[in-house]
Formats: sequence, structure tokens, C-alpha cells
Amino acid sequence: MTETKERRRLVIPGEIIASGEDYLPGDFTRKEGKNIIAQRYGLLEGDRVIKIIPVSGVYEPRRGNTVIGRVSDITFNGWIVEIGGPYGAFLSLMECPRFINKNDIAEFANIGDVFSAKIFSVKRNSIDLTLKSRGLGKLEGGRIIKINPHKVPRVIGKEGSMINLIKNETQTEINVGQNGYIWIKGDLAGEEKAEKAIELVAKEANSEGLTEKIEKFLGAKIKKINPEEVEQEEGEE
Amino acid sequence: MAYTKRLDGRKFDELRPIKAEIGIIPNADGSAMFAFGETVAIAAVYGPKPLHPQHMQDPEKGIIRCNYNMLPFSVTERAKPGPSRRSKEISMITENALSGVVDLKRFPGTVIDIEIMILQANASTRCAGINAAAMALAHAGVVMREMVSSVSIGKIDDKIATDITKDEEDYEEGEGATDIPFTITSNSEAITHLQLDGKIQTERLREAYDAALKASKKILDYQTRALKGEKIDENK
Repeated sequence: MTETKERRRLVIPGEIIASGEDYLPGDFTRKEGKNIIAQRYGLLEGDRVIKIIPVSGVYEPRRGNTVIGRVSDITFNGWIVEIGGPYGAFLSLMECPRFINKNDIAEFANIGDVFSAKIFSVKRNSIDLTLKSRGLGKLEGGRIIKINPHKVPRVIGKEGSMINLIKNETQTEINVGQNGYIWIKGDLAGEEKAEKAIELVAKEANSEGLTEKIEKFLGAKIKKINPEEVEQEEGEE
Repeated sequence: MAYTKRLDGRKFDELRPIKAEIGIIPNADGSAMFAFGETVAIAAVYGPKPLHPQHMQDPEKGIIRCNYNMLPFSVTERAKPGPSRRSKEISMITENALSGVVDLKRFPGTVIDIEIMILQANASTRCAGINAAAMALAHAGVVMREMVSSVSIGKIDDKIATDITKDEEDYEEGEGATDIPFTITSNSEAITHLQLDGKIQTERLREAYDAALKASKKILDYQTRALKGEKIDENK
């Protein structure tokens, strides 16, 4: 008595996904008698070992993730960084690659400043960050937007195709954290357009032909925005 | 005259037209709307997130903090905004009804905030609120053992009626009206919340439970369909 199960099906908590001895419970599922029961809202995956891929929810920190966060507090030996998700993260003074005056660490980063950092350890409820790696450090200027962390792979695209498209079309620098925080820096119009494009990707993350849609969106906006920009600049002069 | 026909013409085991939808609040981690006829509730879930003040933190598990709120325009006579004795009670029973199915051990020291708002009220607001909150929790990707569904069963005169309205609640003839809200889990069929306002014979409570179980299965079906992306609206 095995129930056929369609691949990539949405399941809800408590739903009986499959029954019979052929299946084993994976992530976010449990076995009760002969039944495999879902414990979380998400998509099914796996043939024998059944697991659920979450599609929503807050960021769950993992070792090795590169995240973007905002300093929310300063302690005597480091910074508390808010990275979304259940807990704040700690960035120690020792994990900064340059010399910092211990008596005034706010000189390097104050409350509200933004970092790109890597998670190097996740313990029960403490997360430690480091800046000792390439491409990490303080992010100056620009803006931060927040999307659902489960949509980050779509925003980046295959080998960065989506994010590079947005970067090139809007002439902005973009840094995507795996926690769903995205830092964008460029001129005002570019930043705005990149933000809208990323929000569109996150909204339509499950639809097909997404790259074409974004190309169209960015292309159409260039034609629309440019005349206004010219007018505004003329007006200012 | 005995209560032989329901005031709105429904069958005794029939629910009002249901409305259900998820993802209605973009800024929340999870959100849902659930309506029994004219009773409309929306729920938003935020978290798990760090809990402040720190003395409220539980080092063994996360907590659920619920806030039930009836909006001023939800009833005919303007409801005074802000917490009241009634809203505090309902917030508490909602927390209790839901915390049994949520895996709170996963993130100790955190909080899951649930905001329930009643947009329009015609009895059973707590049940609509719990249904919406359960859907919003699932939508927020919170790890849950199973779903819960809530329904209010009434004894109007000597008849057991499912999903009662305000008019039925105010019925005074014969034995009068009794309101019994139930919250029942989807798989184990356990009761996580039960209240009783009025009087009922011991043997008839069993009957009310059977009606609640039957209705909760129907509600679970609506919740499941809504969570799978359907927009349910049975109002014509």
C-alpha cells in the first residue's frame, strides 16, 4: 500500500505525504506508524528519503554563509549585528582584518553601519561572524532591501546570471547576502530600478521565463525613465 | 416555539460561506485571512525573532506571543481600540491553542509574534482568528506537528448547531443559547482549546464534540486548499 507522490508538490504541516515501508523521513518530516508526515510548509523532494524544501520563513543561519547585517549594538570587544532570523550575530574585534583602537571601536563601525560578513560558527543560540575573507567588510553608502531568504537563489540566478543582468542594466553594485538582505549602490535611478527588479524576481520566483521578464522589465524602464531624467536634469540646471 | 429552523436558513451542521487566503500581508513572514460568513479575521506572523525584554525569554524553548484585536469598525457599536479584558483572554487562549502544535524547542529564547485582527464580527471571532493564525504560522514556515482548526458549536434551545451567528448567540427562548468554541488538531484529533459559555447537559457535550470534529475536518480542507494557493470565496 504505497501512495503515489508527485514530485515538487506543496505540502502543509500535518499532511500525510506517503505511507508504506519504502520511504524514510528526511528534513522537516517525521514517521508515525507507516506514514511520513510533513512538519513544515514547503515543496517535496526525494524518492526514498523524503524531505521538504522550505519556501518561506525567516533566515536560518548556517556556517559558511555570507550575510549582510546592520550593527545594532556595540560591546567592549565587538559588535552585535542584526542579520534577520531568530538571533543577532556577534562580530568580534579579533575577526576584523585591520587595526582598531580598542578604546573607541565605534570609530570603525557605529550603530546602523552595514557589513558584509561570513558566519564562521553557529552554536545553540550564538552566531559568530568574521570579516577575514575576500570581499567582506563594511559597506558604505547605498541602500539595503530585504527579501525572503529562500528566494535568494533565484535573485542570483544560474552562475550569477540574474544578478549580473540587473547589475549591468542598472549600472549598480549589488551585494546579495544569503540572509535575504541585499545591498545596492549606484545612482538614484539605478538603485531604484535595481530594487524594483529584485522585488519582481522575488515576487515571481516560481514562474517560468523569469530572465526574459526581467530583461523586458529593465529594457522597458530604460526607455521610459530616460526622457524624464533628461527633463529633470535640465530643470535643475 | 422550539428552534426547528436556523435563523439564517442553514442546516444544523452547515458552516457559513468560507473565505480563506494566504499571503495577504507582504511585510509579515506569514499571513492569512479566514472568514466565516460575516466574521472576517486576518493574521500576521513575525518570527521566530529575538525576544525582548530579556526576562521573558525562556532558555528551553521559544514562546508564542499573540495579540488579538477587534478593530473599531468591526461591530455595529464602535469598539474602543486597544486591549480589553476580553481581548487579553482571547489572546491567551489562542496562544495555548497553537503552542501545542508548534515546535518551539527549535529556537530557544525567541518569540513568534501573531497579530490577529478582526475586520468584521458576527460571532465566532476567536475561531476565525485561530484558523487564520494557524494558516499564517504554516505560511511563515514555522515547524508544526500538525494543523489546528477551530469552530464554535452552539446549543440553541435544545438543538446542536455548527458555527453559530450573533443572532443565534442571543436566542433566548426555550433553553436559551450556549456557545462552545472548540479547537481540534488535524491528525491526532486532540482538543487544544475548549470554552463553554452557557449551560449544557453532560451527555450532550459529547454530541457537540462530534459536531465540532465533523466541522473541523471541513475547515481543515479549506485551510489546506488556501495554503496550496487557492483563493477561496464562497460568498456570491
